[in-house]
Amino acid sequence: MQKSIKKYFPLFALPTFVAFTIGFIVPFIMGIYLSFCEFTTVTDAKFVGLSNYAKIFTDKTFVHALWYTALFTIVSVVLINVIAFVIAMLLTKGIRGTNIFRTVFFMPNLIGGIVLGYIWQLILNGILANFGKTLVYSEAYGFWGLVILMCWQQVGYMMIIYIAGIQNIPGELIEAAKIDGATSGQVLRHVTLPMVMPSITICTFLTLTNGFKLFDQNLALTNGAPSDMSQMLALNIYDTFYGRTGWEGVGQAKAVIFFILVALIAMGQNYLTRRKEVQQ
Amino acid sequence: MKKRCVAMLTALAMTATMFAGCGSSDEGTAEAGKTEAGKTEAGKTEAGKTEAAKEEAGEGEVYYLNFKPEQDEQWQELAAAYTDETGVPVTVVTAASGTYESTLKAEMAKTDAPTLFQVNGPVGLASWTDYCMDLSGTDIYSHVKSDDFVLKDGDAVKGIAYVIETYGLIYNKTVLDAYCGMDGAVIASADEINNFATLKAVADDIQSRLADVSAAANEAAGTDIYALEGAFTSAGMDSSSDWRFKTHLANLPVYYEYQNKGIETTDAIEGTYLDQYKQIFDLYITDSTCEPSMIATKTNDDATAEFALGNAVFYQNGTWAYQGIIDAGLLTDEDLGMMPIYVGVEGEENQGLCTGSENYWCINKNASEEDIKATEDFLNWVITSDTGRDSMANAMGFVTPFDTFDDGYTTANPFVEQANQYIADGKTPVAWVFSTMPSEEWKNGVGAALTEYAQGTGDWELVKTAFVEGWATEYAVTH
Repeated sequence: MQKSIKKYFPLFALPTFVAFTIGFIVPFIMGIYLSFCEFTTVTDAKFVGLSNYAKIFTDKTFVHALWYTALFTIVSVVLINVIAFVIAMLLTKGIRGTNIFRTVFFMPNLIGGIVLGYIWQLILNGILANFGKTLVYSEAYGFWGLVILMCWQQVGYMMIIYIAGIQNIPGELIEAAKIDGATSGQVLRHVTLPMVMPSITICTFLTLTNGFKLFDQNLALTNGAPSDMSQMLALNIYDTFYGRTGWEGVGQAKAVIFFILVALIAMGQNYLTRRKEVQQ
Repeated sequence: MKKRCVAMLTALAMTATMFAGCGSSDEGTAEAGKTEAGKTEAGKTEAGKTEAAKEEAGEGEVYYLNFKPEQDEQWQELAAAYTDETGVPVTVVTAASGTYESTLKAEMAKTDAPTLFQVNGPVGLASWTDYCMDLSGTDIYSHVKSDDFVLKDGDAVKGIAYVIETYGLIYNKTVLDAYCGMDGAVIASADEINNFATLKAVADDIQSRLADVSAAANEAAGTDIYALEGAFTSAGMDSSSDWRFKTHLANLPVYYEYQNKGIETTDAIEGTYLDQYKQIFDLYITDSTCEPSMIATKTNDDATAEFALGNAVFYQNGTWAYQGIIDAGLLTDEDLGMMPIYVGVEGEENQGLCTGSENYWCINKNASEEDIKATEDFLNWVITSDTGRDSMANAMGFVTPFDTFDDGYTTANPFVEQANQYIADGKTPVAWVFSTMPSEEWKNGVGAALTEYAQGTGDWELVKTAFVEGWATEYAVTH
C-alpha cells in the first residue's frame, strides 16, 4: 500500500501541480520579469533593468499609500480581533439564540467586497449628507469608513475561528483554575488566552494580510478620493498599472515590492505569535 | 444542535469560498463570453448556408473592442447582420464604462487579440501606435471627407474618426422661454445669452426664484413636471461625471490659450484663462441643485435625471446625452436646446459649440492577414451598406466624417441640428483640444483639485497647480 502510494504519487499530484504552475508559478515568475521591463501589453515587453524600481520612490502617492495602508492595517487588526474575541466569548456562554447570533454575525462575510463597498458607500454618504459632507470629503472619512466596513465584514469570520478555539479548551482546566480561586479575569488571562493562541495566530495572520492586500473595498468605497489620499497599496499598484500610460512596468515593480513586504510581515507575525502557543 | 450548527456554518463557509472562487474567475471572461457565444452560434448556423460567401471572404474573423457602452446593442445587431450576410464571424465586445484602457491592455495580450480597437486621440495613439496599422491605403480612408478627422503619425494614417460629436450647455427651452416672459427677467429671449455675464445674470436670477420660474414654466407648458431645484444640474465629480469638467470644460481655457498663441499643442500650459475657468465652475456649483460640498459623489445619472425630470434648466453635456434625456419620457425634442459654453473670454459672442471626436478606429497591425482583410471589409460594409449606414446614423445617432453618409443618412438628433445651425450662423466651433492634454493622470489631478475646491477642503491655488505644473510634469513623464 505504502509502496504503491509512493509509486503513484507523481501521477496523483500532477493535476494539482499543473494547475498550480499555470495559475501561480508562471504568472509569478513572469510578473517578476516584467518588473524589469517596459511594456504596453504583457506579451510584448522590452528589458530596461532597474529603472522601474528607481521610479517608484519618485512617486509620492506610493509612499503615502504605504503609510496609509500600514495605519489602516494596525487599526483594523486590533479592532477586528478584539471585537471578534469579545463576541466569541459572549456566544460561548450558552445564552439563548446563540446559533442565530453566530449566523447573523457571519453573514456579512458572504457578500463580496465590491458589493459591500458600494452598499456602505450609500449608507455612509446617506448619513454624512445630513452634515453636508461626503465620504470623500477628506482622507479621514474614507479611512474610518473603511475600518467600519472591514470590521463589519470580518468580525464574523474571525469570531467563528475564536469560537472553535474557545470550545476546544478542556473544561477541567477552567474548572481547576476556578477551584484554585482564580477570578474570571485571571482565568481569561492565564487559561483562555494561552489556550486559544493558535486561533489568535490564524486570526491575526488573516486580518493582517487582508488589511495589507485590501483592494475591492477600497476601490468601491472611495476609489482613492480625494486626490489619491485614501488610496491603499493594492489600489495604488492597480492605478499605476492601468491608469498611467508607460508606467505599466513601474506598477509591476511596485507589486514585487508589495509581495516582499507582505511576505516579510506575515512571516514575522507568524513567528511572533507561534512562540506564544502552548501545548495542551 | 450545536454540532449541527457548526456543520452547517462550515458548509456555508465552504460554499462561500467556492462561490468567491467562481466569481473571480468568471468576471474576466464574462464580457468576452457574452458575445463569444453569439459568435459561435451565428457561425454555426451560417456555416452551411453561406459556404460560398465565406470562401469568398476568406477565413478571417473580426473582433471589435468597442468603447461606447451606450451603443453596445446596436453594434451587436450590426455584427449579427454582417455575419448573416457574409458568413464572416464578427465579435463585438464592449468594455464597461471607464475601463476601456485596462480591457484593451488585457485583450491585446491575448492570442485572439482585437482586430479593431479605438484610441481617443493623439495621446491615446502615443501608447498604441506600435499596434496600429497604416490605414492610408484602405477603402474607408478614401471615404473620409477631410484629414482633420484622422490621426497621423508622420505620413501614416493610424486612426480614423467614425463619429463627430458636439457638446455645450444643454438647456430647457420651455423653461427658459417661460422665464423670459416673467416680470423682471434679465433677458427677453434665450438668444440674448451670448456671453458669460448674461449667462450668469440669468442663472443667478433663476436661482433666486426657483419656485416662481417653475410655476411659470408649468403654466406655459400646461404641465406640472417642473419643480426646479437649481439653474444648473449638479456638477458631479464622481468618475461617471467628472470628465465633463476636468476634460470637456477644461477644453475651453486650453483652447483659448492655444488660439492666443497660435499653437496646436504645448509642453507647458500657462493657464492664461484659468480665471475664466474658475468663474464658470463657480457658477456651476453655486447656482446648482445641490450644495458644493456634495458634488463629490454626484453621478452623471444624477445630472441627467435632474435635467430630464425638470429639476434644472442648464446641463453641460453633449449630443450623446440626447437619448438618455428623451428616455426619461418627460421632455420632447421641442424642449431641448444647446448653447455654447460661455466662460467670459473677449469676443465669445462668436463662439460656437465644441465639436470634435475622441473615437478613432484603429486596426491591429499584429493580427493575421486574413483578419485584417476581414476587418477592413467589415468597416467598409458598415459605412457603405444600407444596413450599416442606417444603424450608424439612425440607431446610434452618429454624425460621421464619411462621404458615404451624404445621401440621406443624417441623424435626427436635435443637438446635432443645433450645432449645424451655429455653424451656418457663422459661429466658430471650438475644437476638441483636450485630446492634447498630456495624460489621464493630469485630468485626474485637475478633477481632484476641483472637487477639493468645491467642497472647501482646498483653494483655487490647488487647481492652478494641478493645471499648470501638473501639465509640465505629466508632459515630461509621458514624452
